[in-house]
Amino acid sequence: MDVVYALLNGILIALEPINLGLAIIGVIVGLFVGAMPGLGSVNGVAILLPFTFVIQNFTGGATSPMIFLAAIYYGAMYGGAISSITLGIPGASTAVATTFDGRPLALSGKAHLALVTAALASFVGGTVSTLFFTGFAPILASVALSFGDPEIFALMLLAFATFVGLGGDDIPKTIFSICIGLVLATVGFDIVSGEPRLIFFEITGFTHGIRFLVLAIGVYGIGEMIWTINTSRYGNTMTTVDLRASKIWEAIKEFRHAWRGTAIGSSLGFFVGILPAAGATPGSLMSYGVAKITSNKPEEFGKGSVDGVAAPEAANNSASTGAMLPMMTLGIPGSPTTAVLLAGMVIWGLQPGPLLFTNQPDFVWPLIGSFYISNFVAVAINIAFIPIFLWMLRMPFTILAPLIFVLSLVGTFAAYQNMFDVWLMVIVGVAAFFLRILDYPVAPAVLAIVLGPIAEPKLRQSLLFSDGDFSIFFTRPIAGPITVIALILIFLPLFKYIRDRLRASKAGAA
Amino acid sequence: MRRAEIVTAVILGILSIYLMWKSGAPPAWDPSVPRFANIGLIEGEGPGSGFWPFWLSAIMLGCSIWIGINWARKTSPPSVSKEPFLDQYGKKMLLLVGGGLFGFLALVHVVGFYGAIFAFLIYYLRFLGRHSIKQTLTIAICVPVVSFFFFDIAMRIVLPKGYLEPLFIPLYDLFL
Repeated sequence: MDVVYALLNGILIALEPINLGLAIIGVIVGLFVGAMPGLGSVNGVAILLPFTFVIQNFTGGATSPMIFLAAIYYGAMYGGAISSITLGIPGASTAVATTFDGRPLALSGKAHLALVTAALASFVGGTVSTLFFTGFAPILASVALSFGDPEIFALMLLAFATFVGLGGDDIPKTIFSICIGLVLATVGFDIVSGEPRLIFFEITGFTHGIRFLVLAIGVYGIGEMIWTINTSRYGNTMTTVDLRASKIWEAIKEFRHAWRGTAIGSSLGFFVGILPAAGATPGSLMSYGVAKITSNKPEEFGKGSVDGVAAPEAANNSASTGAMLPMMTLGIPGSPTTAVLLAGMVIWGLQPGPLLFTNQPDFVWPLIGSFYISNFVAVAINIAFIPIFLWMLRMPFTILAPLIFVLSLVGTFAAYQNMFDVWLMVIVGVAAFFLRILDYPVAPAVLAIVLGPIAEPKLRQSLLFSDGDFSIFFTRPIAGPITVIALILIFLPLFKYIRDRLRASKAGAA
Repeated sequence: MRRAEIVTAVILGILSIYLMWKSGAPPAWDPSVPRFANIGLIEGEGPGSGFWPFWLSAIMLGCSIWIGINWARKTSPPSVSKEPFLDQYGKKMLLLVGGGLFGFLALVHVVGFYGAIFAFLIYYLRFLGRHSIKQTLTIAICVPVVSFFFFDIAMRIVLPKGYLEPLFIPLYDLFL
């Protein structure tokens, strides 16, 4: 009862005009930053952190500045889907999985459905995770801490397995794609031994590694555009778009068909979000994989499934709230953005950790209240802006294509601020175009380059801990079942292949 | 397409072998360490630095061979396809669009991002898209201007300006 009272009180504080105004501004800024390729919530939060000192001086507390930054974080999670769906370029790493089905939906004239699904799934994901946060913060924080290196590696293995074990794509090409993504993720300095690895042709640009966005924007910005130009041969417009409000309303009613993806994304995203060193990007990619594998129509994924949009979008919002949990209750940031938020909390004079809920209830409950409010604000603004997002798709393709190229090039530079990455991104894009012609799936490589830097150190630390004994992944109570499920999913296509061969030979003999 | 499938598999197989070779390289500061000493478990240190990339590259090599077998048995769609890998339109498009992109990047080093955006949009909109001069100039001028105010002024992300740098100094004085 105390929790309910504290939460209601917190919501009332979050609804005060100054806090509500900051939440609205924060959501709009976040939407814009999230939609811009190359920029994500971390850029918005980091750039506007100094501005929060002005807010703090004005309001006299840490609550309003935190509400503002949290709203930017939320807004960016909603915004990432916009460019993924309308332009086919992931606005941020958290929205890569949204591109897989959001883009095909847009190309088939259902951009309104994809955008509405993304907005509503984000709302559900954000709200469900806030409910988890409200009710179980201390318990969940301790569960997250029980995940050691073997458990997190097993979870990463499960994520890869969801992409292999589906049997939809060409299996050797899918495995090749995952492996090359994992290998490319090792380029640069080895964080364990400090040795430089895979510095191709001794080019110094490789010493800082091959960054995720270089691969993602190369594949989806450049490669996808060249592919579309080659197949569409410059059709007059990208796709047919209906801007009527009735279409948006129809899409809102259609959202019920995306319940499965939304439920998976909301729960799995939150859980992955609270794990140290995980965050919203692995959460959204894993949710996509699990939604696909549990779907009645897995063949629709990658071709325009609403569940394929709902799962990653619910997950990235859910994970963004989840990532705040270890930050606030343990002082451990779960993502780069929460690291900046943590820095802000310390600067504002707060002490994140187990005693925060006890010592600073005046800060904690209005912040949690603002999560609920920001979600309502974000979904309302997002749906209201959908006609503007759709308008972009009405541009002639010969205007839209060069604009996407420019956005990809500028966005890559803005993310890392060196030209080497921009050159590399274009080369990756052209290579992705060639591979796509030959049916090499590129999505698993993108997944791998995100999860690789998490998985490899966890594997090595686990084996160091077990003195090289791989049974550590099977004998621990949490890691064991996850590893077994992952291996079953990985070998499932092989079992199917052998079964089909046996049946064919029996039929031949008969 | 059939020939492209096997040529690509061979190239990717060679790439996998190169990655295996590269993964086993000794550290630059101690060339006396034998090659491939880092691809297994090291006493007291766990897996070496080459463990993860080497064995993944080995799996890639295995996949390349698997793709080659599928090609020989004609069980993958590209291995039975009679379509060309790239038709005449595709080759021309790749040359014009890909060439335009690499030209953009080369120009960045000379006239900076904003100059390169202007030139690229003129090239694409006018010569590839056949849009009117008025429409081309409107977009080619507006995009770099909006980009400048967003990146350089609002986000404080300074994009390279090449030899056009002096032109931007008064703008910095005015807006920053």
